[in-house]
Amino acid sequence: MSLFSLNHISKSFGGVQALSDLSFELEEGEIFSVIGPNGAGKSTIFNCISGLYTPDEGSIQLAEKEITGWAPHRIARAGIARTFQNLELFRYLTAVDNLLLGRHIHMQASLLRILAMPFRRSRAAREEIAHRHKVEEIIEFLELEAYRDRPVFALPYGIQKLLELGRALALEPKILLLDEPAAGLNNEERQDMIFWIKDIRDQLGVTVIVIEHNMELVKDISDRVLALNFGRMIATGQVLEVLEHEEVRKAYLGEIPETT
Amino acid sequence: MKLKRGYFEDIRIFRNRASRFWTFLFILVLALLPFFIKAYYLSVINLMALNVIVALGLNVLVGNTGQISLGHAGFVAIGAYSGALLMQLGLPFVPALLLAALLTALIGAFLGIPSLRLEGPYLSIVTLGFGLAVMVIIGRMDVFGGRTGMSVPKLKLGWTGLPYDTALYYVFTITTVVLVIITIILLKSRIGRAFQAIRDSDIAASVIGINVSHYKTFSFAISAFYAGIAGCLWGLYLQFVTPGTFSFMMSIIFLATIVLGGLGSVTGSVLGAIVMTYLGLQLENIVGVPVLGDVIVAFSDSLMNTSGIANIKWVLTGLILIGVILFEPMGLNGLWLRVKRYWRLWPF
Repeated sequence: MSLFSLNHISKSFGGVQALSDLSFELEEGEIFSVIGPNGAGKSTIFNCISGLYTPDEGSIQLAEKEITGWAPHRIARAGIARTFQNLELFRYLTAVDNLLLGRHIHMQASLLRILAMPFRRSRAAREEIAHRHKVEEIIEFLELEAYRDRPVFALPYGIQKLLELGRALALEPKILLLDEPAAGLNNEERQDMIFWIKDIRDQLGVTVIVIEHNMELVKDISDRVLALNFGRMIATGQVLEVLEHEEVRKAYLGEIPETT
Repeated sequence: MKLKRGYFEDIRIFRNRASRFWTFLFILVLALLPFFIKAYYLSVINLMALNVIVALGLNVLVGNTGQISLGHAGFVAIGAYSGALLMQLGLPFVPALLLAALLTALIGAFLGIPSLRLEGPYLSIVTLGFGLAVMVIIGRMDVFGGRTGMSVPKLKLGWTGLPYDTALYYVFTITTVVLVIITIILLKSRIGRAFQAIRDSDIAASVIGINVSHYKTFSFAISAFYAGIAGCLWGLYLQFVTPGTFSFMMSIIFLATIVLGGLGSVTGSVLGAIVMTYLGLQLENIVGVPVLGDVIVAFSDSLMNTSGIANIKWVLTGLILIGVILFEPMGLNGLWLRVKRYWRLWPF
């Protein structure tokens, strides 16, 4: 049985069929890429999986549990974390606070316990400190040391991108959804991102789904690729197979006219 | 430059020995104050304390959670009336205070439910309607004395032998100090962080596992709890409450207080409430200032006055707020932070 499966998902907005009858399965520890031209429905897949949209038809299963139609916060608790194409960070909080918010689902202190937090031995204080240590591990992993106490809005774009990845990692998810992790990054930052995504899979054993336009990154990291156009799957399989696929080429380059 | 040695330093209340020293000195001064100043000033401080309590709660809701309330006077009214009623029924002060505050919190949680679907201008209309409705409903209930109002039982001082004003002063300042500390702790905790996450991006908050509707409702409840406590104490302060006391204008002034003080900051709530209370009592006196007073009176009479009642106070409050938003958007808290930074480097 696979870790995660999407079965016959359809979603439309008014007259626009954003996704139609889409299915795929993920094995544990896999890096799975979704490619396709703009408007193909890639981000809609993520929004359906993370619960921001409810699919019109079909079901989504995580570890044999049906999670279709769950609220986003329940899905996060079930073990799915994500990043956004256009960054959704908590802009007026510091980097550390953003990462600590990623630990929110693992913290339990109730209001009454929190009132005792100024005492070093209180349960709330110990919990807070334990999670601060976890956050420090992530800071070390992503080399964010220099930015700890800076408010997010003052950080450079590449660092914000990384911080959002860190926040998703802080949830300790089973599945990580990355929406265009390399968009807006320069060459060097993109190389780093490739390195980190591989590390996340190899060291932390997280299953990753990536939406990406940058083919260098897709070729480099993916175990399997799915190509999407107008909400339909047009090809799936090994990276090179999919990229060579005729319909995929057409989707990206358009119909190539016969030369006269 | 001092380096951190442990993560506990991030969550404790006093950042260093100096701040602990000054805080304890301040509390000591507060404790001894009644023996040195006139009763009038004591009552001014009492009024400041009431405003501080409301501002703390409102700032958690508006500044930290990013919701809005134009009806906070309604919560204060509920706290005042339910507290008065409970004390009339013979409940001792402390249980009556807590029960009144809890009741207000419950109503706050109910009002929080529309906030799950409404945002910005729509939510402000709902809360505005709430504030107005509370006044009307209370005015029609005989148990609360209708429009004529009801008298609030006095505190039983018993063994303390303090003058009444002084006793109120102690009750008010102790409550305020406790609530300031609770607010600071709350905002450093996972709950406070969740509030701020919702303010900055509710989508991101939901996908990292924060139950947004739960926390929004909770924020309304906490905010109402503070207003309920302030309301119950307000009753003691006035000794007689009428629905007219808790007018729409009061709600607006509460909002102005936290904007003046600085949104999302405890220091801001405290400073804002102190300054705003003082201005509320003293602004009218500007009429006596030679040239300036005449100009302002003329301005108010010719352009701002629609009802024939002098409104110099409101005109000036409005001008001050515009000034704050233009020149110091972080309010008094921003000013305070800059002064602190300046002195840290002094004399270099």
